[in-house]
Amino acid sequence: MTPVVRLRGVSRVYPGHPPVRALDGVSLDIEYAEMIGIVGPSGSGKSTMLNVLGTLDRADSGEVHIDGYDVAGLSDRQLSALRARRIGFVFQQFFLSPGVSALDNVADGLLYTGLSPRKRRTRAWQTLEQVGLADRTHHRPHELSGGQRQRVAVARALVGRPSLLLADEPTGALDSTSGAAVIKLLHELHATGTTIVVITHDHDVARELPRQVHILDGGISSDEKTEGPALRGGAR
Amino acid sequence: MMRRGRGADGASRLTPSRMRARDTLRVAFSGLRTRPLRAVLSALGIAVGIAAMVAVVGISASSQEQVNQQLRELGTGLLTVSPGTSFRGGEAKLPENSVDMVARIDDVDAVSAVGVLGDANVYRNEAIDPGQTNALAVHAADTGLLDTVSGTVADGRWLDDALAEYPAVVLGSDAAELLGISHTDGSINVWLGDQWFTVVGILDPVPLAPELDMSAMVGWPVAAELLGFDGSPTTVYELSGENKVDDVRGLLPATVNPSNPEEVAVSRPSDALAAQAAVDETLTTLLLALGGVALLIGGIGVANTMVIAVLERRSEVGLRRALGATRPHIRRQFLGESVLLAGFGGIGGAALGGVVTAVFATSRDWQFALPLWVLAGAAGATVVVGALAGVYPAARAACMPPTAALAIA
Ligand SMILES: Nc1ncnc2c1ncn2[C@@H]1O[C@H](COP(=O)(O)OP(=O)(O)O)[C@@H](O)[C@H]1O
Ligand SMILES: [Mg+2]
Repeated sequence: MTPVVRLRGVSRVYPGHPPVRALDGVSLDIEYAEMIGIVGPSGSGKSTMLNVLGTLDRADSGEVHIDGYDVAGLSDRQLSALRARRIGFVFQQFFLSPGVSALDNVADGLLYTGLSPRKRRTRAWQTLEQVGLADRTHHRPHELSGGQRQRVAVARALVGRPSLLLADEPTGALDSTSGAAVIKLLHELHATGTTIVVITHDHDVARELPRQVHILDGGISSDEKTEGPALRGGAR
Repeated sequence: MMRRGRGADGASRLTPSRMRARDTLRVAFSGLRTRPLRAVLSALGIAVGIAAMVAVVGISASSQEQVNQQLRELGTGLLTVSPGTSFRGGEAKLPENSVDMVARIDDVDAVSAVGVLGDANVYRNEAIDPGQTNALAVHAADTGLLDTVSGTVADGRWLDDALAEYPAVVLGSDAAELLGISHTDGSINVWLGDQWFTVVGILDPVPLAPELDMSAMVGWPVAAELLGFDGSPTTVYELSGENKVDDVRGLLPATVNPSNPEEVAVSRPSDALAAQAAVDETLTTLLLALGGVALLIGGIGVANTMVIAVLERRSEVGLRRALGATRPHIRRQFLGESVLLAGFGGIGGAALGGVVTAVFATSRDWQFALPLWVLAGAAGATVVVGALAGVYPAARAACMPPTAALAIA
């Protein structure tokens, strides 16, 4: 069975004086429908990892396979296609379009798929319902709480039914209550079969996840699975 | 599992990112909407340039249309014959019987003449200093003159055979104004050639014979009787069908003065009218160039706005790349934004230019004319300016690495 993510000896070196080895020979497999946390202190290489997993950045060496595609063999255009159809992103700062309704923000998750505006909105509506914001479809970001905004962002990442949902510090800009709600939502999505990678420096968040990969100085220091119901979900 | 078994061949099954043209337009538009004031201000630069160019062309087209319409109404069949300069030096004269000679030419529909009375001047009354002639001329005129030159009477009447015998005068429009006479009631006299002449008529401006506007015209017989007129015409006006003009023109010099045809000058007043409109073309070109400079400056403003927009919206670019936008999608978005920005300026400018043209034309009693090609040209110009202004900023946005664009926030 091919995993959704397969990294083999992946390195990413930022040029400079001295050069920074942000990722140093990382090997990692993530299976479909798994939920995994990538945990580490600031500067350990988490964001670099997210960029490589999300094909926003290329590894300098090693092999990267995402959803069955060898990233090194894909053009910039093909990588864009991969992101448009197979990968969803959630960022710490939400990155919602100001002045645009929640519904249209979510529909923008399908903007580059070529789907008709009608279909995009229908799916956006369904997805907002799925994240519990059916009553907020016409609210604009400034009319929503931080937690709600992040849920809109999650819906946007989800609307294209991606093979891989990447969340970079999704609770980083939220208070603990709304942060917990967002994490709960991610757990629910995982329960319905979505593959989710949560990048976090927050050990409380990490503890809840069925699998935790700790990284330090660009290398994996530990890879642990937590026993529990979530694991069974991941092993389906 | 569904997604199992995709190897290297998987790439061929990846459906490319796609963005609909309508979406590009919508995204470009919403980009402008986030900073409405800035968009309006930079569109204004384009609007000023376009408005200037549209107004310049519109006004000149309206003026051209005015002349064309005038020529259609007046016709182009009128020729004027006047004495040229003689070889022996000195002023050549037209023979006394010129009118009769010209009338004998085939295809001549009407012919009449005026003779200038060089020694006579016209004043509002006898007390005026004789030096103050106002540059007005006194002419002996045929009774047929008015019809020949397509003139019309503004007030009173034109000279007839009876009036031509009496000290009666008809004033050209400018002459009447300079003498301070606005109407005729049979009681208004002017001091003309040391006697009182009664003003019987005032003419409208005569576009084909503008020299008559500055003239006081008296009958041929009374000029000979009271003002010492020798009977030699100084200008003969000849009217023929428009398609016969060239034929008649060739015959006129020898007909009027068989012994010295080269001393006869023939001209076509409608040509002068048309040329007057053509003279404006130099000015039009100059103004158009100024409008072009304004447009160029407007374009630089748009480029500047776009460069700033791209810098400010790096994280938006990063997000769009994460959502699957390709570099060309990003480029098209910002290029579209630039073209829209310039385009809105162009629409506003074209409307403004149209209004200016309409107001100007109305104030001059011209017919409003704004050729479609002007609007098409304005639209084309704004699209080109917008595209040129957007090329660099759009390329910059497209080249931003998505990670750098996202890292900013
Ligand atoms: N664009 C870059 N250029 C140079 N060094 C970078 C760049 N991005 C990150 N780094 C360095 O790489 C290391 C890992 O960074 P990052 O992946 O952002 O870590 P984290 O997200 O865990 O805080 C850090 O030392 C950081 O300074
Ligand atoms: Mg980070």
